[in-house]
Amino acid sequence: MKLLRATLLRLLTMSVTLIGVAVVVFFVIRVVPGNPIAMMLPPGATEDDVARLTALYGLDKSIVEQFVIWLGGVLQGDFGTSISLRQPVMPLVLGRLPATLELAIFALVIAVIVGGALALTGVRHRETRTETAVDVANGVGLSIPDFLWALILIVLFGVLMPIFHISGRISPSLDLPFVTQFYVFESVARLRFDLWWDLLKHMFMPALALAIPLAAIISQLLKQSLKETMHLDYVTLSRTKGYSENHVILSEALPNAMLPTLTLIGVQFTFLIGGTVIIERLFSYEGLGNMAIDAVINRDLPLIQGIVIVFALLFTIINLLVDMMYAVLNPRLRHA
Amino acid sequence: MTHISRRTVLKGTTAALALGVFAGPALSQAIEELVIAYNVNLPSWDPTVGPSAVNPTIQGIYQSVFDQFILQQPDLSPAPGLLTEWGWNEDKTKVTMTVREGVTWHDGSPFTAEDVAWSLTRAADPATGNPIQFIWSTLANVKAEGNTVTADVASFEPTIFKWMYFLTGYVLPKAYYEKVGAEGFEAAPIGTGPYMVDKFERNAFVRLKANPNYWGGKPDFETVTIKFVTDAASRVAEIESGNSHVTLEMPYEEFDRLKGGSGIGGIAHPISDIGMIFINDIEPMLDPNVRKAAAHAIDKKLLVERLLSGYGVPIDTLQTPDYLAYDPSITVAYDPELATKLLAESGYSPENPIKFKIQTTRGFKPKDYEIIQAIVGLWRKVGIEAEIEVYEIAKHYELRAADQLAPAAFYNWGNSIGDPSTSTGHAMFGPTPHSVWDGQELIDMIGPLWGEKDEDKRIAGWKAVDKHIAENALVIPLLQYVQPILHASGVAVTPHSSGALLPHLIKRA
Repeated sequence: MKLLRATLLRLLTMSVTLIGVAVVVFFVIRVVPGNPIAMMLPPGATEDDVARLTALYGLDKSIVEQFVIWLGGVLQGDFGTSISLRQPVMPLVLGRLPATLELAIFALVIAVIVGGALALTGVRHRETRTETAVDVANGVGLSIPDFLWALILIVLFGVLMPIFHISGRISPSLDLPFVTQFYVFESVARLRFDLWWDLLKHMFMPALALAIPLAAIISQLLKQSLKETMHLDYVTLSRTKGYSENHVILSEALPNAMLPTLTLIGVQFTFLIGGTVIIERLFSYEGLGNMAIDAVINRDLPLIQGIVIVFALLFTIINLLVDMMYAVLNPRLRHA
Repeated sequence: MTHISRRTVLKGTTAALALGVFAGPALSQAIEELVIAYNVNLPSWDPTVGPSAVNPTIQGIYQSVFDQFILQQPDLSPAPGLLTEWGWNEDKTKVTMTVREGVTWHDGSPFTAEDVAWSLTRAADPATGNPIQFIWSTLANVKAEGNTVTADVASFEPTIFKWMYFLTGYVLPKAYYEKVGAEGFEAAPIGTGPYMVDKFERNAFVRLKANPNYWGGKPDFETVTIKFVTDAASRVAEIESGNSHVTLEMPYEEFDRLKGGSGIGGIAHPISDIGMIFINDIEPMLDPNVRKAAAHAIDKKLLVERLLSGYGVPIDTLQTPDYLAYDPSITVAYDPELATKLLAESGYSPENPIKFKIQTTRGFKPKDYEIIQAIVGLWRKVGIEAEIEVYEIAKHYELRAADQLAPAAFYNWGNSIGDPSTSTGHAMFGPTPHSVWDGQELIDMIGPLWGEKDEDKRIAGWKAVDKHIAENALVIPLLQYVQPILHASGVAVTPHSSGALLPHLIKRA
């Protein structure tokens, strides 16, 4: 009952957050300089032409009127029509979201594996040169931003050793049988491993660029947490029982030590999704982030609104899932 | 016995994977499918509506699929296309156009004069949202009969036929469009152009198949993939890695580094885009000495050589040498002594400089910010202290339309039809939203030229306007841009002076 009430409360908070985001975005993007009509004015356009196009896109009304019209549409599931792409906003945004989600999840998997492995290695060989090497690797991973990692990877694995694709999500020459936009999952489901491999070769560099800084954060926090746990009585006890060091770390210390890391991963995952904007651009990856940049450049107001709302919804859902997972994994919270 | 360690095995496996499983395409291989790394995304397939319709960079993709009313050749001159003949009657109250016969749409249906008449009528309809509607609406009562299209001249527009190979001047399929509607057309566009759309992934790529029935002859490459690679560094990597065969618009330093290298060639071709500084007629630009000093203090040749690695053509009017009204006798010399003297006449000096703001984009055009930085340095020497404000291009458009630009503002202007009305005319005619110089004298000079029916008199009039502008420094033209194109040595690229990279002009070397 308590859990149900807490979940309902979170859903209510989420709704308020989303409404707040919608209001702020709607008004802010109309106040900042640059409007879509000025962007499409050709040489020779007169004031009448400006007025005609402004009216055509409904921008001749007051901002409050525009908001009421937009909100009315949203309540009926209509988020408006993109000015630059000339198609309904929501199908466009939802059509691109899976590509971004697949990229972000792949990056997260890499970050968890690499970060976890580094942390475990550092703890297993604590106070040796290996731990120092892990600390140095973490420092480098953290101090170089993801977009710079992207450029380094492009030079390394795109130009010097051209083993991965530099741009796009899938090779244009392939015939795509997909009915959903979740290409990676669908290619596995269809047992089309040729497509899956091609998708992976496109996704690897952008995912790795996103993953490296997060892997460093995970490694640093998990290592610290593990080292603290290693001094606790129950760990000492298991050592005295004669368990191997590997068993002590993996079976005794890790379950407790990873709780704060899990929370951090949840929070960082939202940052990682935010990071896809610039990374998708660099790799010409056809995700939501790439679309967001074009929308901003073109001052495509309905599309910007749609993208921001979907991002906001995604962030709140991730936060909710992280909280729920934490509650499930942490015995103190589970029995509270 | 040789000992093979675990590390050796790992190394070997990694190398094998890298060389075998992941091996990518190489520049030296015979090119079957042409891959182009393009610098912009294609937002929409209708070339007559929305912001993409007036984006000059996208026109190269549109022209691969759709034909314009009139063909524009690489040197910007018109040539018979879907229209084989065009012209006005004696008193210029009617236009007559002859439509090419034997052309088919990509779906195999015949192209007719009805398609031309419908496209012109649709473009002139305000409800369609064509941004150039104000030009197309100068023709009325468009009719098709046989292979001839006629229309009444509602108001005389001397450049109407030039617009037929400029922005939104495309012929679309009447029957098909009416059958599938706007959404259907967006999903499966057809034209009469050299290539047919095979597959389109928004924000990613478009794959084109050669049109076997193209009236201009089948293109050299059966399949062309245009990848949308908006980041310049990634485009360079695309060509360097051999993943793409042609790309354009990269930093000149990268162009110089790669051209002539292993398997890569380069072309640098002057295009119809120019860089300029708008002068707003507000203080302190109302003082002619300040304006003239600002113009004479700029060493354009130096800017091109030092900042653009020589890739640019200094200009003194808003006409490039390819334009119709280009007059080489109109010059504005680099003369810092004269600039100092002019400023001294108004009471300014390096110790007591005139101060104003100059706005510029940063990274929108090659070295735009650096050029303005250098200009500000040159100005400082003669007694002008300019403060640089960086803005986004969207803000520039908005400020210019509202006539709220700073006293000086850097901008680039494209004019791929090379007519003076679409360069000097729209940039400098006060009543349009594009001009920020509102002086009555210039308005009186330009006004009569809009409807001038005598072509020689019209061009002479524009040259006089350019002379007046140069003598009074009402704008500061800087340079004509040069477009860098890198390509695999297996292909030969014909550059187009409009800046459009056209796949059907790319052949096997």
